[in-house]
Amino acid sequence: MSKELFEKLTRAIIEGKDKDAISFCREAVEKGLTAKSVLEDGLMPGIRKVGELFSIGESYLPELLISGKAMQAAVAELEPLLNAGGGKFHAGKYLIGTVSGDIHDIGKNIVTMMLKGNGWEVTDLGVDVPSEKICAAIAEGDYDIFGMSALLTVTMPAADEAVKAITKAGLRDKIKIMVGGAPVTQEFADRIGVDGYAKDAFEAVNKAFSLTEKTRQPEERA
Amino acid sequence: MIIIGEKINSSRRQIAEAIASGNREYIQNEAIVQSDAGADYIDVNAAAFMEKEAEYLRWIIEAVQEVIELPLCIDSPDPKVIGKVISLVKKPPMINSITLESSRLDGILPFVLDYRATVIGLCQTGNRMGKSAAEKVEIAGRLIEKVTSTGIGINTLFIDPLVFPVGADSNSACATLDAIEEIMKHYQGVHTVCGLTNVSHGLPNRKLVNRTFLAEAVARGLDAAILDPSDKQLLGTLRAALMLMGKDEYCMGYIKAFRKGLLA
Repeated sequence: MSKELFEKLTRAIIEGKDKDAISFCREAVEKGLTAKSVLEDGLMPGIRKVGELFSIGESYLPELLISGKAMQAAVAELEPLLNAGGGKFHAGKYLIGTVSGDIHDIGKNIVTMMLKGNGWEVTDLGVDVPSEKICAAIAEGDYDIFGMSALLTVTMPAADEAVKAITKAGLRDKIKIMVGGAPVTQEFADRIGVDGYAKDAFEAVNKAFSLTEKTRQPEERA
Repeated sequence: MIIIGEKINSSRRQIAEAIASGNREYIQNEAIVQSDAGADYIDVNAAAFMEKEAEYLRWIIEAVQEVIELPLCIDSPDPKVIGKVISLVKKPPMINSITLESSRLDGILPFVLDYRATVIGLCQTGNRMGKSAAEKVEIAGRLIEKVTSTGIGINTLFIDPLVFPVGADSNSACATLDAIEEIMKHYQGVHTVCGLTNVSHGLPNRKLVNRTFLAEAVARGLDAAILDPSDKQLLGTLRAALMLMGKDEYCMGYIKAFRKGLLA
């Protein structure tokens, strides 16, 4: 009975149908299922599946985006119940931005959306973020991870400079750092001494979970 | 229509390898292939090598000019790099590119004057890229004003309205097309140019999207493009689109390209 409803929820997310996702959420709650289980057994397998298909080239960017949107709508519907039940949908706090000199925001925005869909609270510093601003945000906030993107080979050195600035400000132990962007590689990430690299939005979410180990990791696929 | 051959770009893996290993023949062959396929300029880019950019770019320019006659399109955001290589060119080059950012404007425009170069101007400021058609047109207007105020003719400038993935925003390609039409209508004499591959990012069958976008852009007045001229389907679409827009007298460009086996 509930299995069937979970499957419907999963499918609604995979197909990016936000209205369906919302109405199945309501139906599930009316039938006595907990918000937490609707989220974990219905919605999350859907968003994970889409990310996985995207990562292997079987689903495409617009499909990832529309599923992310449906996920956000469904989570917004469940949020009051989750909060009331003490099972807040909160994976961690993520600070994000593009490096100094880089104004390409599309990749960053996709990662932001996927993180939000997976329960992360994301603070977006925007584009072309100077190191001082990054350090100030890390110092003032209680973020788990700072993720930065560099889309051009010419802006990759700015990622290195950001890491150095964070270290110099004595903040390196306070936060995990991730890097991504078309020309970025694992080798580059290792060289500049960050904690994680992701080649796409799906990997970014996985990496964020594995770096914090705050909640169950999405690698444990349903 | 001005075709800028895009293949010698260090962001492509094979090119980066050829540059790093000093494979002169590979680079020269890429230039010959594009020249034979009808390119008007050959783009040369070594930006991926950062501190070695100027050194490698000199090497590429020398290698390419040994085998082809065409002018080059010097592809670097850095005025210092351009300054180190531009004296090597045998023909007035194109420079790719300026933005409204003052360091790039002030650093690059003197080369445009001194070398009778043409120049690509991206619709972006120091910290913002033109996303909507209105923003693109507004930035284009400011670029045109800056460039012409230094005494450079408007017909020297190729405005790139920027192309973003339509898969990330369904209206983004339309914004670029609208901007092309607006810019070509309002600023007599200016050129418009764009790259094509970005539009299809994240979508299946990318080449279909790229060449359809090119045809639509030509229909709106685009008169230059950065592309791979050895892609026969792409070139076929371009030649047919130009012909259908009345830009190919007696259809001879199309027919000649067909006879040379350049269309598919």
